[in-house]
Amino acid sequence: MTWNSWHAFFAMGGYADYVWGAYGFATLVLFWNVVSAVRKRKAVLKMLRELALADQAPKETGAQRYVSE
Amino acid sequence: MYKYASPKNFYALAGRLIPWLGTITLLLFVFGLYLGLYVAPPDYQQGDSYRIMFIHVPAAWMSMFVYVMMAGAGLVGLVWNIKLADMLATASAPIGASLTLMALVTGSLWGKPTWGTYWVWDARLTSELLLFFLYMGFMALQAAIDDPRRSARAGAVLALVGVVDIPIIHFSVVWWNTLHQPASIGSLGRIVSPTIYPSMLHPLLIMSIAFFVFYFTVVLIRMRGEILARERHTGWVTQIVRSGMEAQGARP
Repeated sequence: MTWNSWHAFFAMGGYADYVWGAYGFATLVLFWNVVSAVRKRKAVLKMLRELALADQAPKETGAQRYVSE
Repeated sequence: MYKYASPKNFYALAGRLIPWLGTITLLLFVFGLYLGLYVAPPDYQQGDSYRIMFIHVPAAWMSMFVYVMMAGAGLVGLVWNIKLADMLATASAPIGASLTLMALVTGSLWGKPTWGTYWVWDARLTSELLLFFLYMGFMALQAAIDDPRRSARAGAVLALVGVVDIPIIHFSVVWWNTLHQPASIGSLGRIVSPTIYPSMLHPLLIMSIAFFVFYFTVVLIRMRGEILARERHTGWVTQIVRSGMEAQGARP
């Protein structure tokens, strides 16, 4: 195969900083995409739940009516 | 087919598709990285630094593809007033922006050992940077307008004006002198009779498909969030919210 040892693999022929830097940054971006997308949907659900609870409260205030519009 | 054009059915369909698409994405990434980092030989000129290509090129392709999707969806929303199209445009923007940033950063890290510099103000790099600002402008504009209809329309117009940047990025290495290498693939014909070795071409293609499926996975997750937010006054969203509350033990 291409690599004689794990050490050679991690060294990337002397380009370790650039190659692993690029792959590391790409991994961060991919993870950010998944996490932020999942969080966004959960945040919407949480907000809607809080609005629903506020609607069920005994007396509705003007502020709550404004938020739920 | 038409029944999935309603936000309610699309929400359910997307929910079923996401685990499958996510699994396919993961398998493609594992296989692509195995071929690209382990199997492929070093380049005779660039050594192992060229392996950055396997993420840089797919990220750069997707930065343009996602923009075209965003502008196309914006156009459909503008002309036919289809809510799902507006949501597709809105959901695509942060993904496209992050992939553009990925293309710029990985390109910069590839440029240093290859050209001796992280950055050069040539046509390819500058037009790709402009693409990043177009995405950011789209998001800032949409965030600044509260009314969802007006927000979608304003974003679509901006995206459509910015679409001129896409051919400029693509042809920049042909039209102007640059440090950036010309396309190695460029057209379907080059995939059949490529100018790079199969051991390097295959990981590139697999990583590209991985990025492609990744985009659709994440955009569907984001669209589900958009649908809930924009359809919150409808009965079916209320039902989802209520069943979630009961599951959490909240007293109705």
